[in-house]
Formats: sequence, structure tokens, C-alpha cells
Amino acid sequence: MENELRVPTMAELFAAGQQPEVLFWVGCAGSFDDRAKKITKAFVKILNKANVSFAVLGTEESCTGDPAKRAGNEFLFQMQAVTNIEVLNAYAVKKVVTACPHCFNTIKNEYPGLGGNYEVVHHTQFLKQLLDEGRISMEGGKFKGKRITFHDPCYLGRANNVYEAPRDLIRKLDAELVEMKNCKKRGLCCGAGGAQMFKEPEKGSKDINIERTEQALDIKPEIIAAGCPFCNTMLTDGVKNKEKEATVAVMDIAELIASAEDL
Amino acid sequence: MDYIPNIIFAIILFAGIGFFAKNIKKLARNIKLGKAADTSDNKSQRWNNMFRIALGQTKMVVRPIPGILHIIVYLGFIIINIEVLEIIIDGLFGTHRIFAFLGGFYSFLIGSFEILALLVIVAVVIFWIRRNLIKVRRFLNPEMKGWPKKDGNLILYIELILMILFLTMNAADYQLQQMNVAHYTKAGAFPVSQFIAPMFQEMSVSSVIGIERSAWWLHIVGILMFLNYLYYSKHLHILLAFPNTYFGKLRPKGQFDNLEAVTKEVKLMMDPTADPFAAPDGNATVPEKFGASDVMDLKWVQLLNAYTCTECGRCTSECPANQTGKKLSPRKIMMDTRDRLEEVGKNIDANKGEFVADGKQLLGDYITHEELWACTSCNACVEACPVSIDPLSIIMDMRQYLVMEQSAAPSDLNNMMGNIENNGAPWPFNQMDRLNWSKES
Repeated sequence: MENELRVPTMAELFAAGQQPEVLFWVGCAGSFDDRAKKITKAFVKILNKANVSFAVLGTEESCTGDPAKRAGNEFLFQMQAVTNIEVLNAYAVKKVVTACPHCFNTIKNEYPGLGGNYEVVHHTQFLKQLLDEGRISMEGGKFKGKRITFHDPCYLGRANNVYEAPRDLIRKLDAELVEMKNCKKRGLCCGAGGAQMFKEPEKGSKDINIERTEQALDIKPEIIAAGCPFCNTMLTDGVKNKEKEATVAVMDIAELIASAEDL
Repeated sequence: MDYIPNIIFAIILFAGIGFFAKNIKKLARNIKLGKAADTSDNKSQRWNNMFRIALGQTKMVVRPIPGILHIIVYLGFIIINIEVLEIIIDGLFGTHRIFAFLGGFYSFLIGSFEILALLVIVAVVIFWIRRNLIKVRRFLNPEMKGWPKKDGNLILYIELILMILFLTMNAADYQLQQMNVAHYTKAGAFPVSQFIAPMFQEMSVSSVIGIERSAWWLHIVGILMFLNYLYYSKHLHILLAFPNTYFGKLRPKGQFDNLEAVTKEVKLMMDPTADPFAAPDGNATVPEKFGASDVMDLKWVQLLNAYTCTECGRCTSECPANQTGKKLSPRKIMMDTRDRLEEVGKNIDANKGEFVADGKQLLGDYITHEELWACTSCNACVEACPVSIDPLSIIMDMRQYLVMEQSAAPSDLNNMMGNIENNGAPWPFNQMDRLNWSKES
């Protein structure tokens, strides 16, 4: 890599008396999961290229509490939430961007009731804003004419009605956007939500990620685009299970853009 | 002597409506067993939802074939019921087609009722074929065995019979009008039943009057019986869809309630100035339990949801867990909640207004742990419901009970929660390593 990533932390900026335009909430997957870290880096590359003034919490970040809440542990969720809110409020954070729809949903919808009020956007919405403001440019090039399908993350789509921002970005790549049998409001879950990511599935006839991967492969895409680190993992596993990893890639929208720009 | 039919009619009418009112009171009492829920916000948005989703049937047509057929039956039900008003007045006062003075408009009305009745017959037959011959998958889940299947078919038979009686009544009436029989003054247009009328041509006037009267009586008595059948059936949705869409969730689907009782505890723990040895606040109420293990722990809106469910199964057919063979079926969650609530209601009736513990509860006796843990919280069921039912909220409340009251989470999830408690991440990574990715190439 030619350029090192510039990843300022809130603590550093605070010490220098600066306030970034936006806080990038990396999330646990984005911080620790090897596959998701690539998404995090791709997104940072775009932010660096567009000279966006941002910062991360770094070691001051902690789980939003989403998996605890969906597992039924409201107490642990609120402990996490209140702790995070104290940190965010101490830095007077106004705007949060995250590449994880679970963090997005939790901070946007469930933190306000506990004293955390921020403008929260998903990274696809943020990238769309940057594009509309002319702060990043995207030429198709690499992805021109490629068949790309978008898998709607439940916590971005149905949970928060964000369907178009990721699709607009795919179209901007001059790619051929193709839709699965179940998409948008009727999108099928990847199988990871509701804390399922962290447990074995109940007994059944099939795993959910296989069902969803089959739906995707039915329309013969070259790339399955995702907007969630968990969906990404589930679909990557599904594609491997179908032995299609040589011909079908699972990529985050941020990775598509970073790759199109050769970042 | 002439007044005897009118008196009998009045008695049947008031008995039918009275018995129905009694059951509705019971229904309201059962729903009120639920916990408080604040639904006083955003009135205009709520009315809007009711008009759009219940009255306007907007979510039914997501699946066009059953959606359009349902709109036919729904319109038939609402519009043909205008005629019931006339039937009631005629029945009480012994008149014949009291609204006939409306002239051309009356003919238009009766004509539309007839065409709708015919369309309803067609729709009901197709519905029956879908349920019994084509075997649409969502009607075949295990929870549909037995009474639910019979209930679904019974409703179709009753609707079919009522429509046939309606058309027979009109056909005989039309025939009598043609025969210039006294009392049967010419009124109305009969675009459908005029084709049935020839069957009565050879009969004597008294036979045709007999047929007309029999059909008239059976039709109105049938309607009153159907009205009273509602409470014992999934068909209650024709009434409850309206309040249910009004009280439906308005916030983003991903937003789950924050438990207030927990917030108080957490704030106290986080407050450095709080005195841990302070005497407990006398007014503070200790929550009976976290989450829900029985119907009384749910909010009343969730109980209204349960009575509103018409078992269409759109939720279950969209559920990723159910599609992949897991035991979870959101429809079953709603049916179980309703069945348990009915059981609790009967218990209260039998014990002079007090619920006496019966050693049973919703969790375990109706809904198993396995079903609850199979949910991905994806909201597909909530999105699919044509009448704004939220099965997910019940699943989440019961998970809360399992975890916070019983520590009965699957062990993988306990590990995940342990990690969050210790390291601030669902995996066993050190919080101090959170930024390492920025230095890796």
C-alpha cells in the first residue's frame, strides 16, 4: 500500500482542539473480523481521498449492545448504550456514520431514548451524500456492465427504509443492477440478525444463508453487493458452500467504490 | 296474528345483537388484561394508517391474486350490508323493500349488490380451491391442522350460502313482482337473479312466496349467526383490522422499546453521586418481571394483535426461519397468544372474575424455547402482515424473560454476552486492540 491510512481518533482531535465533521463508528465486526476490516479500510480510503474530516473512537468504542438486546438482555444493552452515549456526548458528537446496519439502527433509533441524540447515517447514505456534493467522483470503468445484485440488510432496509442509496451507488458504477426474487421490503434475511450470528441455528432443513445465496445465484450475478459485515460473512460462506467463489464475489459497497477508484 | 313474524324477527334480531355485544365485552376485558401501552401520539398518522391499510387494503395487494379476490369479498361484505339495513326495517315493520322510493338509484343499488354477490361467490369458490385443492403452502403449516383449517373452510361455506340465499330471495321476489302479486310491488333491478327466476315460473304463487320468505329468513338469521360466529373464529379480523391498524407501530421497524425499569437501574449504577445505601424510594415500583412469560405480561396492543390475526400466514411464508424448516412460525406465535388469552379469559369467567393460577403459561405450554431462538428479528413477518400485527415484539419480550429472569439463553449467546460484558465486543478480543486494523496493511 502506497499511502498509509489516516485514521484520527476523537481523543487526538480533542487534544488538538478540533472537532471532526463526522464520527466513524467502526463497530465490533469492522474492528476485529478479518473480512469486515477490509470494508472498514476501504471506507477509510474513500474518506481520506475525499478529505473528509472524520475521527474514530478507537479504544474508546464499545459494542452498541445490539446483539445483547436482540438476545433479550436489555440490562446489558442499556449498560453498553449508556456508556457509549457518555463517551459520544463528552466529545459533543453531532453526526455518526457507520458501515454496520446494526450499529446504525441501534444508535439512530434506540440511543435517543437513553440520552444519545445524533444524526446517524449508514455509510452508503454518506457516500451518496459525498457523491451528490461532488466530493467524490465515480467513473464506472472496472465495473462497467458487470451484473451486480444488492442484498438488503434487514436493519438497513425493512428496519429503516433505506433501499435506494446503495442501489444509486451501484448504478453510478455503470454496472447492471439486477434484483433477486426477494428484494427491498421483501428481502430475505441472511440469517445473522437477532444475535443469530453468535449461535448455531435451530434444527431445520437448510441454513438461511444458503437459501439467500441460492436466490442470489439464481440471477447469475458476478458480484453480490452487501452493506453489512454480517450479511457479507453469511453470503461469503454461502457462495463458498456452493463452490462459486471463483466466479462470484461478495463485496461491500464501500469496497466496490474503493476498488473502482483504485484506492 | 299479522304481527307475529315481526315480533319473532325483533326477538331474533335483539338476541343476536345482544349475544354478540356480550362477547365483545368479554373480548375487550381480555385485551385489557395486557399491560399499558401509550398510543395517544400521532393521531393523524394513525387515522391515515387505518384508512390506507384497513379500509384501503393496500397491503393485501402485495400478493395480487389473493389480494384482488379479498377486495371483492371485502367490498361485497361492506356494500351488501347496506341491504341488510333494508331487510331489518322490512322485518321489523312488515314492509316490502322500504327503500324502493329511491327509484332509479334503488335499482342501481340492488343491481350492484347482485353483481357483487355473484363476484363474491366466484371469489369464495377460488379461495376454497386454493385452500383445499391447490394446497397453497402457507395453509398447510402444522399450526393449521384441525380447527384452524375447518374454521377457514366454514367461513367460506357460510359466505357462499349467504350469497346464494340473497340471490334466491331476490329471484323469487322478482318472479313475484312479475306475477303482480300484492305486497310485492315492483322495485329494484335484478341483473343476476333474473336468470334464476325462470326456475320459479311454473310454481304456484304460494310456493314462490314460500321460497322468497324462506330465503329471506334464512339469509337474515344466517347473517346474525355469522355475526356471532366471529368471536369464536379467526374471522374477527373484519372488525379488529380497523383498531389494529390504528394502534399499529409507527416508529421504524428496527426500533425496539427500551425497558424503562432497566433504564432506572442502569442510570443509578452509572451515577457517581448515587448513594448505594440510600433508603429505597417509597414510590418506586419493583417490576414484577422482566419480559413476558404469559399473556398478562404483554401489552394490550399485542393482545389486540392476537385477536386480529386471521391466520393468512403471509408472515410465516416470508419468515426466513420457517422457510428453512425451523419450528418458528410467526402466525403460530399469534395463534398461541390468542388461544392462551382465551384460556385465561375462560378461567376468569369460571372463577367469578378472578384469574386462578392454572399451572400453565404462554411460554413452554404454547410457545417453545426453540421457536423463540430461531428468530432473526428481520421484521419480514411485520412487513408482510396486511393488518399491522407485530409478532416480533412478542418473540423479543419472551426472549427477555428467558434471559433476564431465567438465564436460559443458548450457551453460545451466553458466551457472546460474557464477551460484551468483559471486552465490549461479542467476540473475545481486547478492547485495547480495537484500532489495530488501522495499522495493518
